[in-house]
Amino acid sequence: MGVDSTPAHLQPLPPGAEQDALLKNVFTELDEKGFVVANVDKLANWARTGSLWPMTFGLACCAIEMMAAFMSRYDMDRAGLVFRPSPRQADVIIVAGTLTNKMAPAFRKVYDQMADPKYVISMGSCANGGGYYHYSYSVVRGCDRVVPVDVYVPGCPPTGEALIYGIMQLQKKIRRTGTLWR
Amino acid sequence: MTLALQDLGEYISAALPQEVLSTDVKLDELTVTVRRETIVKVMKFLRDDTNCLFKLFSDVCGVDYPEREERFEVVYHLLSMTHNNRVRIKLSTDEDTPVPSIVSVYNAANWFEREAWDMYGIMFADHPDLRRILTDYGFEGFPLRKDFPLTGHVELRYDDERKRVVYEPVKLTQDFRDFDFLSPWEGAKSILPGDEKAEEEA
Repeated sequence: MGVDSTPAHLQPLPPGAEQDALLKNVFTELDEKGFVVANVDKLANWARTGSLWPMTFGLACCAIEMMAAFMSRYDMDRAGLVFRPSPRQADVIIVAGTLTNKMAPAFRKVYDQMADPKYVISMGSCANGGGYYHYSYSVVRGCDRVVPVDVYVPGCPPTGEALIYGIMQLQKKIRRTGTLWR
Repeated sequence: MTLALQDLGEYISAALPQEVLSTDVKLDELTVTVRRETIVKVMKFLRDDTNCLFKLFSDVCGVDYPEREERFEVVYHLLSMTHNNRVRIKLSTDEDTPVPSIVSVYNAANWFEREAWDMYGIMFADHPDLRRILTDYGFEGFPLRKDFPLTGHVELRYDDERKRVVYEPVKLTQDFRDFDFLSPWEGAKSILPGDEKAEEEA
């Protein structure tokens, strides 16, 4: 198990002659017949991984690194990640920062309002397990006490690269998960 | 600077002999201790008197001294833009005795007094809206009091059956650890490899 556990036939084709040939085939088929046949769950997973829209949910200093990861240097727009200010339009929620007791019901409400399929990335020590504030009277000891978490990104705060790695792990997870079954 | 502050302190205590208990200049800062019931009058004087004109209100905070008979101190900080002076006003109170609110003098004190109430349970009489401001809705206790446990009394999780967040008594999987490496009693033993032998011989 690990990072590269995706079976070979599920891996996307890297750019190159092979990919060009495949795309050419697809376009010829489109021109001749007007339609293409594809595997539904592969197509759905491709669409999901290619447009993971995160809910804007920065709670503390981790949000600064999250913003940095989405700015021009790493520019996560390239991967189809665009922040949405509404949970109704979001696929993934990045919990970036300390989740306090007072925030927890609001956070759960936002999560409940997201449309399925929805994913959660827990970013940073505080969201993972309370972190620095683990023994505090006002902090939730890990956001997995409130919502199910898909990917934990460690760090205090994690760098933008770490968050991007976490997002890539989530994409891998989505690719490995069946669309029509769970 | 110190002299000017000393003069100001003497001026204030001379103008309000009944209200001011003591004045003190330390580290170039003037502290005026006043009687609790007279705080509104003192604040009005400090704001309006031509030699004071402390028109900028910066802070109210509470301090807990559990060993004292009146355990709380309320500390006010003011700034005079006209004279480039700062002053600190102190008074003491306990859990049951309310402090007159100064919202009628300085509007900015509203939320600060709410914070002092929230964190210490210091009551303010005639405050327009004395609610908790920082802690969770329905929070019980005053977290900055010295006798409040660090981890509080309740913790929170989402209950899938009741479909809402529920509060339960705190259950720590690992006790709070105090890493005091400088203490000879609590610190880690710094035995170097091979040193066990040396201790045996001694």
